[in-house]
Order: sequence, then structure tokens, then C-alpha cells
Amino acid sequence: MKIIGPVFIIVFLIAAILVLNAAFVVSETQQVVLTQFGEPIGDPIKAPGLHFKIPFFQNANYFEKRILRWDGDANMIPTKDKKYIWVDSTARWRIVNPLVFLQKVYNYEGAQQRLDAILDGATRNVLADKNLIEIVRSSNRIVAVIESGEYDATTSTEAVEKIPENSGREEIRKEILERARPKVENFGIELVDFRIKRINYESDVRRDVFERMRSERKRVADKYRSEGDAERARIEGLRQKEQNRIKSEAYRKAEGIRGNADAEAIKIYADAYQKDEDFYAFLQTLSTYKKTLTKNTTLILSDKDEYLNYLKNIEGRT
Amino acid sequence: MTQINIPPDDDERRHFSVPAFSQNLGVIAVLVLLIATSFTMFYKINPEEVGVIQRFGKYVRTTKPGLHLKLPFGIETCIKVKKERVFAEEFGFRTKKAGIKTIYYSGTEQSVMNSFRYDSYSRKLGFSQNPFLAESLMLTGDLNCAEVEWAVFYKVKDPVQFCFNVRDVDAAIRDASESAMRQVVGDATIDEIITSGKTELQEKARKILQGILDSYDVGVDIVDLVLQDVNPPAEVKESFNEVNKAMQEKERITNQARAEYNRIIPKMKGEAERMVSEAEGYALNRVNRAKGDADRFVETWNAYKEAKNVTKRRLYLETMLDLLPQTEKKVIIDSDVQGMLPFYNLTTGEKKGGAA
Repeated sequence: MKIIGPVFIIVFLIAAILVLNAAFVVSETQQVVLTQFGEPIGDPIKAPGLHFKIPFFQNANYFEKRILRWDGDANMIPTKDKKYIWVDSTARWRIVNPLVFLQKVYNYEGAQQRLDAILDGATRNVLADKNLIEIVRSSNRIVAVIESGEYDATTSTEAVEKIPENSGREEIRKEILERARPKVENFGIELVDFRIKRINYESDVRRDVFERMRSERKRVADKYRSEGDAERARIEGLRQKEQNRIKSEAYRKAEGIRGNADAEAIKIYADAYQKDEDFYAFLQTLSTYKKTLTKNTTLILSDKDEYLNYLKNIEGRT
Repeated sequence: MTQINIPPDDDERRHFSVPAFSQNLGVIAVLVLLIATSFTMFYKINPEEVGVIQRFGKYVRTTKPGLHLKLPFGIETCIKVKKERVFAEEFGFRTKKAGIKTIYYSGTEQSVMNSFRYDSYSRKLGFSQNPFLAESLMLTGDLNCAEVEWAVFYKVKDPVQFCFNVRDVDAAIRDASESAMRQVVGDATIDEIITSGKTELQEKARKILQGILDSYDVGVDIVDLVLQDVNPPAEVKESFNEVNKAMQEKERITNQARAEYNRIIPKMKGEAERMVSEAEGYALNRVNRAKGDADRFVETWNAYKEAKNVTKRRLYLETMLDLLPQTEKKVIIDSDVQGMLPFYNLTTGEKKGGAA
């Protein structure tokens, strides 16, 4: 009785240690390669759950099963049209063959190094063969936008230049991805995605671009100003036209009215005076005398005048 | 039998206390075990969360908010995922303290500097004064530059995917957002971006971003992508303001011309009406006078007709009566006397006549 207790405890402890060392947990996010004195044993374990190995002799090497991040260093790359741009790219990758990964790369640091070399190289090679505009744009949408005239878009030759079919940022991305993919496969790595994250001009070029933008803006501003002047001239022209129209129409109408009145007056006079032209002449002549012969007039009368008929002879002249 | 009455002091107590102690130990062990079990068996899920349960690392179930049981001692583990919470990622700016008046970090603050310490792009492009430019300064489709600030709001769509498919989900969302935004901006003109194209732009970027993240099976739903500030670069802002000024000037000049038009034309119309009215007045006057004159003549003539000679003579003499007293000088020439005229001082007569 006295011996059984301690022996039982010791056996239990040893068994426990063996079981604990034999059992290992693989999470959903992990995959495991078993090695026996450094030599890989069997297929990689990808199924999550509780697994067993030969205790102490075998070792479980854990690897990520999730998608991992690669963040490239910013690179200065000259484009085909000799523009220097900074390119910052990012990629997503995962370990699909942990056995190969373990043998060829060993750890994440090694993987990052190889990805740096492969992806930077592919980026550089592909971009060096493209014009800047192809790297920036995804389609020719902008050309239509500029031509629509809806915006004060720049009309520099570069801006309306079309990119070739099957070109643009998305195509370039795929091209780099296709180039790099087989190379990283050798390391048990799958390249899930590659993306150009940021692009910008090199600082000297940026200054030039800012200068260009300023001059473009100036042009747009000038355009607005001259449009304003043109609009004013147009409105002023309209105004003058309208003014002349109103004035002349009124003149025409007024003169017409006057003319009509004059004509009517003439008719009225004629109708009346026609009744006796002599009498009219007589009356009118008398009335003109009254108006024309004033105080200062020297009147030279002949005794033969009608008025002085009786001056020399009461019988009057015969 | 008498011994029975003697209390077995020490011995009894020792014998009695040993089983008591071991019994107590057992109770304590069971208690400790129970407490440990309950601590690792019960778990609480808050209302905005769900629990993702793994048994030996393998996903077994997702649990809703409330108090739940799981297998103890790490056999089952629980990851709590804030499924209902909307998370935000900011680009080109950082909120320091949200509130009625939200405070933003300036680019030169230490914490911002630190967060961009490993951003080689920001360092190499010389954005040390404003590291946010690394995120916000981008090329437009017409090869200009624009500063675009935006925020992405996302929610966990699938907690299982969210937990197990991608390491560093935040970084994945950030990288994809920057890529998507630049893709969209790269296909637009600077004027579109700065003025009216924003809504279209953010919807496009949101779709692209969602597409990228779906391709990774991140299990995240992009609820919203909002463009905050979109500006031309600080270096050219002045010129852009100049354009706005010119635009307003155009408006002003045009309005002025219109005002002038509206001031002059109605006045002109009034004047035209006056001209017509004046003419009408003239016409009335003219016709009425003519009628008056005619009537007078006809009336006179009617009377004259009755006694032509007498009336004519009378009218003549009456006129002379009126007329002759007025004129100061009268010269009567006898037709029998010849050559009288040369004696008359015509010059004075002319002078006087001229003055009249």
C-alpha cells in the first residue's frame, strides 16, 4: 500500500508529460510541419484541431495560414517617358506549401527579403516600359470628361492623350502579379494580390507640375474673365439694339400719327376752302396783312389803290 | 471499560485532526477546481459582440450576446468580435478628439511623426513637415496633384472570416483603401475631384475597396467611404482661389451688365410711350384746329354768300381800319405825279423796316 501511491503518482506524471508533449493544437490560423531531428515527416498539417506526434522525437513547426502583408519600400522608378516617380506598393501573400517554405525560406524575414527582391524587380521592369499616364489611369474615361467640357479641365496634350487598349493601372497590376507569381511559387508562397499603393512625382518634377498647374489655373481664370467681358459686351449690344428698336419704333409711330393728323387737317381745310377759293384767298390775304404790317412798316399807297378810291374823287374811279 | 471515560487527549486529537485536515484539503481542492472550471466555462458576450468558439483551435460555433458555457481549461477558447461596431480608418488626417468641435492632429505632432516613422514613402518624398501628405497627395488623371482626405467606415460582416483569414486586417483595409482611392482619382480630372464629382468618386472607390477585401475573404463590410477635404496642393491653392475669384468676377460683370440693361430699357420704353403720346397730342391738336378753322371759314362763307360784295368790301375796310392806324408811316403816291419815288429816303425806310 505504501509503495503503490508514489509509484502511481510518478507513472501518472510521466504519462501526463508524454501525452502533453505528443498532443498539439493547430488553430484555424495555423499550419504545421512535423520534423524529426530536423527532417520533415509526412504532409503538412493544415486541418485545425488536436493532433499528436511522437513525443520528444518529433517537433511541430508552426506557420501562418492567413493572408500576410508585404509592404514595399518606396522606390524611385523612371517611366518610359522619362519621368521620375516614387512608387509605393503593397502585396498580400500566404504560405501554401509550408514544407517548401520551411526548406527554402525558413522564416518570415527570409520571405520578406525574397518578396522585396522579386516584387521590386517586377515593378521596376514593368513600370519602366510604361508611360506615366498608363500607370496613373485605369481607362480613357477622363478623355471623354475633358471633351464634354463640363469641367474647366486642362487641355494640355498629355491630359487628352489616350492610353492604349488593355492598358492602365489595373492591367499593370496584373502584369506585375503574373510576373512575380511563378517566382514566389518556388518558395511555397502564393501571391494573393499585388497593388500599387502610392505614386507621386519626384520632388523636382513635383515643383514643375505645380508650376504647370499654376499656369493652367491662370489660363482658366483668364478664360472666366474674358467670358465675363464677352457676356457684358453681348448684353450691352442687346441693350443698344433694344434701345434703338424702341426709340425708332416710337419715332415711326409718332411720325405716322403726326402724318395722319396732317393729312386729315389738309383734307379738312381743303374740303372747307374748296367751297370758295376766291373768298379764302381774300380772307387769308386780309389776315396776313394784319400779321405782316406792323407799327414800323412804311406803307406806300398809290391813289389807284382800292382803299384810296375816294381820296381824290368822291365818285370813285371808273 | 473504565478507560473509555478517560479522554484520550493528545492521541485522540491527533487521530481526529488528520482525517479532518485531509478532508478539508479535498474540499478546498474541489472548490478551487470548481472555481477554475467555472471561470473557464462561463463567458459573457456583450450586446455588440459575437463569440467565435474554437475547440482545440478548430472553429466549432458562433455564439450570440449573453451568458454561455464552453468546455473548460482551454479546450474551447472564445474570441469576442465586435460585430455591430462600426470602425473607422482615416486617411490624410487623424481625429484627436471627436466632439461637437472635433480636434484633429496636426502633422507635426509627435504621435503622428511616430506613426509615420516606418513609412519609407513619406520619408523619401520629404513629407516630414506634414507626413499626412504621404497618404493624401495623389496624382489625378490629368497628371495634376490633389490632396484627398477620406475616411473608411467598416463593420465585421463574417466574424469567422474576420478572425481566421487575414493577419493584420487594419493594414489590409488601409492598403486597399489607398490603392482604391488612387485608382479612382487617377481616372478623374482635378476639377471633377475638387468640385462636383465627389459623390461619384467615393461610391466608385467604395466598390473597388469592397471588391479587393472580398477577394481576401476578410469578412468585412465597407459601410461607407467618405471624402472629407479635397484640395489642390497647398503650393497651388492660391491659383485655384484666383480661378474662383475670376468666376465671381465674371458673375459680377455679367450681373452689372444685366442690371444696366434692366435699368435703361424700361426707361426707354417709357420715353417711347411719351413720344407716341406727344404725337397723338399733336394729332388731336392739329385735327381739331383744322376743324375749327374749317368750321369758321364755312360759317363765314355761308354768311358772305348772302351778300357777297358788301361783305367783301366791309371786311376789307375793317381790316384797313385795324391796320392803318398801327403803321406809323404812310406814303401816298399820286399816280399822276411822276418821279416822286427817287426823293424818298429809302435807306431810313429800309433801316426801319429791317429793324422791324
